[in-house]
Amino acid sequence: MNPAMNSAFNAGMAPVATPWFFYVLAGLAVASGVAVITRRNAVHAALALIVTLLSVAGLYLMLYAPFVAGVQIIVYAGGIMVLFLFVIMLVNIERSSKERRFNRIWPVGLVAACALMALFVSAIVKGKALFPDRGMPLPESSNTQQIATLLYGEAGRMGQYTFAFEIASLLLLVAILGAVIMTKKKI
Amino acid sequence: MPNFIMSYLGSKVTPGEAGNQFWALIYVLIIFAGVAVAVLAMNWIERKALAHFQIRLGPMRVGPHGLLQPIADAVKLMLKEDIIPAEADQFVFWIAPLIGLLAAFTVYTVIPFGPSQAVSDMNIGILFMLGVSSLGVLGIVVSGWASNSHYPLIGALRSSAQMVSYEVAMGLAVVSAILMTSLNATGTGTLSMIGIVQAQQQQGVWFIFKFFPLGFLAFVIFAIAMIAETNRAPFDMAEAESELTAGYHTEYSGLRWSLFMLAEYAAMIAVSSIAVTLWLGGWMRPFPNLLHAPAWDFIFSLFPGLTFLGLAAITFVGVARMPSQSFFKIQRIGLAVFAAVLGFIALLLLVIAVAGRSADTSVAARFREGIDYVYWFVLKVAVFMYLFIWYRATWPRYRFDQLMKIGWKVMLPISLGVLIVTAIVGVIFS
Amino acid sequence: MVEITTLHYLVVAAALFVLGVIGVLTRRNVVIVLMSIELILNAVNLNLVAFSRMWGNLHGQIFAIFIVVDAAAEAAAGLGILIAFFRNKETVNVDEIDLLKW
Repeated sequence: MNPAMNSAFNAGMAPVATPWFFYVLAGLAVASGVAVITRRNAVHAALALIVTLLSVAGLYLMLYAPFVAGVQIIVYAGGIMVLFLFVIMLVNIERSSKERRFNRIWPVGLVAACALMALFVSAIVKGKALFPDRGMPLPESSNTQQIATLLYGEAGRMGQYTFAFEIASLLLLVAILGAVIMTKKKI
Repeated sequence: MPNFIMSYLGSKVTPGEAGNQFWALIYVLIIFAGVAVAVLAMNWIERKALAHFQIRLGPMRVGPHGLLQPIADAVKLMLKEDIIPAEADQFVFWIAPLIGLLAAFTVYTVIPFGPSQAVSDMNIGILFMLGVSSLGVLGIVVSGWASNSHYPLIGALRSSAQMVSYEVAMGLAVVSAILMTSLNATGTGTLSMIGIVQAQQQQGVWFIFKFFPLGFLAFVIFAIAMIAETNRAPFDMAEAESELTAGYHTEYSGLRWSLFMLAEYAAMIAVSSIAVTLWLGGWMRPFPNLLHAPAWDFIFSLFPGLTFLGLAAITFVGVARMPSQSFFKIQRIGLAVFAAVLGFIALLLLVIAVAGRSADTSVAARFREGIDYVYWFVLKVAVFMYLFIWYRATWPRYRFDQLMKIGWKVMLPISLGVLIVTAIVGVIFS
Repeated sequence: MVEITTLHYLVVAAALFVLGVIGVLTRRNVVIVLMSIELILNAVNLNLVAFSRMWGNLHGQIFAIFIVVDAAAEAAAGLGILIAFFRNKETVNVDEIDLLKW
């Protein structure tokens, strides 16, 4: 048994086999990301995006963020992707699966993306000294309660993000109205 | 290694919390076996119960009283020719039932059969269950698309629109039950499934009876929404055999169709478990506070054995009522063997109940406790399963626009109202 | 095995971001462009949650929740625009969506 499992057995709540899970989830996320941008068939790309979203939710669980992982599964994988699949079926792009996949100027896009990647790599390498080596432990069992305190406030005071929360609900209302009005045949 | 295995046996937490992968795997295998047996039993009970509701007998030929019919169906489905439509998308056609199955079975990780009888007690248990059961919609949408034919496509779009609409009402009903868990000393609620049942235990009342009629209304909304979530009657427009030639699973034959049916029954059991955990007290026996004496504990712990004894008695009556021609001899013998097996299980359970009747921590007492918890949970879920069949036999199905109208214009406002009033009452009475 | 630090998560997030950017810049199908935008948003979320763990407070996670809400609104609006356009011009090709008025 590798030391990770033994320490988990002793500690009880410590994560188990963390590097292995990280590499599997990260590899799955990146591989599905490649599949999203290269598949000719849009339904295949949507399914690959679902795999990406679920593996990113797994990464959130490893980062001691269970509530964000739950929100990601419910909203992103269970809501937004269903919306995407509906629209793909409504739009029924039979014709486009026989066309060219990429733009005529795809080398320019690739070069720009490589430049961006070089920028990221240099930022991470140069800034490595700024990152503490160990993450500070976040208590996982009270994660939802602490998020609720930040969002809703407690003991009669408003939370730090209550105003932003209300604005977000207004944003969703505007998005609903916009989507309904844009897709109606007669306004 | 044996230390790793044996060290879990005395603990009071789930294998997930103890970090014990071996016992988590054992629990997962037990759950698989249990769900498989439950789906077989559901198939038989559904056909027999529907038949008796319609004053006919149902399958009688395959085994005694049709008891081997599900096995015959399973074998037939596995041996059928696997037809894939010519223009269908091969990969997506293959993966669609697997998505539905994955979503239906992942939910079982957090279902609490007892205070430590769950695979893992996540802190966000109920959130996880809602999220993963909403992934089942993807399986249906993708299967309708992959069949490359318009009946499945329309059925899939209708079915997924219905499931998405009723998910909203379901989530709001769940939230109003979670609100009730926070009416304790610290004012902190919990999202974990075991924590919800323990909150009911601590407050001494099942949430269905809390703040009557608010808990009951939330339960009714969830009960209706869960029927619509699983595409069962009267909300089964998507798979209505008479209207849409079987909807989204028209083009699936043989083993793939059986995967869809497995996913549907597993999802039914999963949402019934959510309802039982949130409102009906999970693994608690009836009247835990009113009838609190050890004598009552002992009487209620006899129930598992008595249930199986009753089933064995009914089966023996069936044996006695078999016609006496030689044609039925094998069926008679088979049914008698089945009755004997049931009686043996009953005897075993009664022995465990009597041997472990004190509340100490001996092995027999722990076995008895575990069996009691699992028994009461499974009994309540079985009541829900029977209700599913009863609804299918009794009510005509809703037209699709009526269905959507109810989901958005009736269930959503009522569940919002229940949530707001529950919150107000909870603040007043806290 | 090497211990997983915040840096590992940042590298994964950067990879997802760059993949999303490639998708937005090179694909011709509007739906896939929208999906690449979702990839970009997910990469940003992963970054935020990783930093939230590093600093030990929950502000990053709250920001991530708001970004998920925002992504839902944007996906709904973007797909609404796509459907309204498709109804008029019967194409989902980015190259052919090039007129302000027809």
